[in-house]
Amino acid sequence: MDIWQAVLITVITAATPLLIAALGELVVERAGVLNLGIEGMMAVGAACGFAAATLSGSSALGVLAAIAAGVALSAVFALLTLGLATNQVATGLALTIVGLGLSGLIGAGFVGTSREAIPAIRIPGLTELPGVGRLLFGQDPFVYLSLALAIAVLWFLGRSRAGLTLRSIGENHTSAHWLGLPVMQVRLLAILFGGGCAGLAGAYLSLVYTPFWSPGMTAGRGWIALALVVFASWKPLRVLFGAYLFGGATVLQLHAQAASLGFPSQVMSAFPYVATIVALVIMSAGRRKAAAAPGSLGTSFVPDR
Amino acid sequence: MRLELVPRGDVSPWARVLAPVAAVIAAVLIGGVVIAVMGRSPAAAFQVYFVDTLSESWGLQEMAVKATPLLIIAVGLSFCFRASLWNIGAEGQFIIGALVGSILPLYTAGSGAGFWVIPLALVMGALGGLAYAMIPALLRVTFGVSEILSSLMLVYVADLVLDYLVRGPWRDPKGFNFPQTVNFDATLPFLADGGRLHAGVLLGPVLVLVAWFVISRTLFGFGVRVAGEAPKAARFAGFDANRMVLAAFAISGAAAGLAGVLEVLGQIGQLKPGISSGYGFTAITVAFLGRLHPLGMVFGALVVALTVIGGESAQIALKLPLDLTRTFQGVLLMCVLAADALVSYRVRIVTMARA
Amino acid sequence: MRTLFKVAGAIAAGLATPAAAADKLKVGFIYVGPIGDFGYSYQHNQGRLAVEKALGDKVETTFLENVPEADSERSIEQLARTGHKLIFTTSFGFMEPTVKVAKKYPNVLFEHATGYKRDKNLATYSAKFHEGRYVQGVIAGKLTKSNTIGYVASFPIPEVVSGINAFMLGAQSVNPAIKVKIVWANTWFDPGKEADAAKALLDQGADIITQHTDSPAPLQQAEARGKLAFGQASDMIRFAPKATLTSIVDNWNDYYVARVKAALDGTWKSEDTWGGFAANMVNMAPFTNMPDDVKKLATDTEAAIKSGALNPFKCPVVDQDGKTVECKGGANLSDEQVLGMAFYVKGIDDKLPK
Repeated sequence: MDIWQAVLITVITAATPLLIAALGELVVERAGVLNLGIEGMMAVGAACGFAAATLSGSSALGVLAAIAAGVALSAVFALLTLGLATNQVATGLALTIVGLGLSGLIGAGFVGTSREAIPAIRIPGLTELPGVGRLLFGQDPFVYLSLALAIAVLWFLGRSRAGLTLRSIGENHTSAHWLGLPVMQVRLLAILFGGGCAGLAGAYLSLVYTPFWSPGMTAGRGWIALALVVFASWKPLRVLFGAYLFGGATVLQLHAQAASLGFPSQVMSAFPYVATIVALVIMSAGRRKAAAAPGSLGTSFVPDR
Repeated sequence: MRLELVPRGDVSPWARVLAPVAAVIAAVLIGGVVIAVMGRSPAAAFQVYFVDTLSESWGLQEMAVKATPLLIIAVGLSFCFRASLWNIGAEGQFIIGALVGSILPLYTAGSGAGFWVIPLALVMGALGGLAYAMIPALLRVTFGVSEILSSLMLVYVADLVLDYLVRGPWRDPKGFNFPQTVNFDATLPFLADGGRLHAGVLLGPVLVLVAWFVISRTLFGFGVRVAGEAPKAARFAGFDANRMVLAAFAISGAAAGLAGVLEVLGQIGQLKPGISSGYGFTAITVAFLGRLHPLGMVFGALVVALTVIGGESAQIALKLPLDLTRTFQGVLLMCVLAADALVSYRVRIVTMARA
Repeated sequence: MRTLFKVAGAIAAGLATPAAAADKLKVGFIYVGPIGDFGYSYQHNQGRLAVEKALGDKVETTFLENVPEADSERSIEQLARTGHKLIFTTSFGFMEPTVKVAKKYPNVLFEHATGYKRDKNLATYSAKFHEGRYVQGVIAGKLTKSNTIGYVASFPIPEVVSGINAFMLGAQSVNPAIKVKIVWANTWFDPGKEADAAKALLDQGADIITQHTDSPAPLQQAEARGKLAFGQASDMIRFAPKATLTSIVDNWNDYYVARVKAALDGTWKSEDTWGGFAANMVNMAPFTNMPDDVKKLATDTEAAIKSGALNPFKCPVVDQDGKTVECKGGANLSDEQVLGMAFYVKGIDDKLPK
């Protein structure tokens, strides 16, 4: 395998969990809800996914368990923020704490347990193509799934009637309510979808990326996913771009270190964060106005009647 | 079946005060069941977690020490949040504040320099945090870059700047090349015997009062509130949106920076990697737990501090795993939020479809 | 064998007469990471469990995990206040807080790992991890085909720097043409990033990976690519049965048992312990996935270091710039020079922060 292909595959692997989690959060935020609990839901997804896969011996069951765990945790968030109109920011942060704690309790019995990674796809004839075979036809299933998810979210938000409903609710829940749109139901579904995606992203960490479980293995990726949604100005394809940019910058700095360019390692490690800011400055230049967040993002909705 | 929230008309102040108590009871019941299932005594857990910490001078002092940085950062952040500005980078501003505030103590260490170092260091720390907060603020007003992204990314950068300095130019020459500076002489005096209650803790209540006055009694405070609640009205009223962004970020950055240098001079006594155990992020929780109200944030900071210390005590006395005490901490916070919501709203269970 | 009898005796005694709780020595441990890291903190916790096993009901142990270093003074003091009479703080960053608490509680004994500040009631201990690195270097030097080794490093502290140097010296002793590529992950524990670092090194031609970060992720990447690697802190072969050559195993068990016993007997003294193979504080996991001649060489090297016949930092040591390092320890570099190491040996193409 030539080096460029290998590097690009590494970039895609680094970007995929960020992409999956960020796409979920994007839908949540477009519905007007801010869930800061991604990190916690990812952590629980990673732990449940690994535990279920190890106990059952089936990776598919592991993935399903991870999604279910993310959904379950996000349901708690929905109950509090929708049912009781609690503050979304604080509830999301509390959810992160709960998620990190729970993941530790669930995973404790699996420390030191190893598992084969979910294998990459192999299409005879195509995967062996020189130069691009592995890159296009030899990734793990999650990579294709994440790309499909990006397209699906793009289509859903831009083209489908339900997506239009979701966006109008996110822009202005009061008017949406008076138009007869089901604000609560749509938000509930959006939150659960976001939870499922975060759980799935967690499963990617513990079943593909580094196939074992350990506490704290999400290592802040939930926060990066959150930032990517903002980076993308709440647009699905730009989430894709952002995730690959961030993954690319991370891997690039590791390569630059291995090639011994002579910069302090802290400068190199800071590169992905600075690069993301600079990229957003370039993309925003000339607009002078912050990209518009969904109008009712982060505010509770209590219908008065 | 669904839930419906009905706003309560008048909320008595008593309900506001009693809500957190009810929340603690709810959390204790949830936690108690778990602990009983594990075969430990829920009563002992309650005793260790809450009663011991709150009934001893040592525990109360530690609570104040832990709550102070959270409170100061949260008070600053409340200006941003009230103006609907999402500064989630207080952690970075805390670190840079600690770092800039340490310059004088670092270079005067061992020189016998007088007490004058401390006030200067505090001012420099606040200015350092302020300057660092200006980056996302300026990026927002000049390029329209979202402050959520830039402030968060700058947290990681701040961490690496600190890391570079304490491993490189600022490291203790006699410290076997370990990543830490010398111990500073200019540290804050302790206020009580046997505990670590340092003079910096006094600044917390002072800043709370100042913040309360500014928000509720000044034109600027009015502008911050209007900017958040009705941006268009703010524009008509002649408040410059960009200046509001800069001002709110300046205040929260300065507060976080001050908290940073207080933590170094009051608690740690030197610079080393990882000087913040997530204060800047936890303070966001504190701010919203307190509904952005200065007094509410005092309560929020104390609750969070209590869960940290109580959690540790439970790990020691009852051998409970950290992850369990951490989960309980999250559940307790959720209960507080829910109780607070229930003060404002009545929940009605609607069993029939809406007519 | 004698200890085994004692263990059996202690257990038997425990079964016969349950001692009153007041008789027990309460021993506390502060860990910087989670005990589930399967690396550094995990091994310290194994040491704690060994104490419980060896001394039965004479002791009661407690631990706090994942303690942030800068906020650790309260945690250490919590242990001291709650009747713990011997407290181990197991990471360098706990040094100043431990010193402060030790001053405040003169009747409590403290032990701080990897630091250099001692007091009447504060001892220090550390392990000569670099001995294991030297053996790794010898193995890697023999087995590499591309003459390029990938090194996933955490932070440039002396322990890591001396590890890199020992590895390089070991490798050069059998293969003068060898190159080591270093990537600083700037973290002790982030499986994803460690995996990415290992991939970058493999992509740039390394065929053996070694690491000074705590997760088994780099090892797994080597396995996935059909390359070789070394495990860190605990025996990690189960994560990479075909790639693992050996692991450096931190073994605190004997030390902790001995120190707790000393505290029980009243013979505890504040001292500095710095042990390697000979003291059984550093072990090599079985040598696997290598031909017999390399296995023999590795075994011999380990034995030579253990017996003292071989010192990884035997003078003359030449630094990166070609200057001979002043030899302060007679025939070898002095302990202080190794414990505070902040230079690279010749042949390493990386820069340390100044």
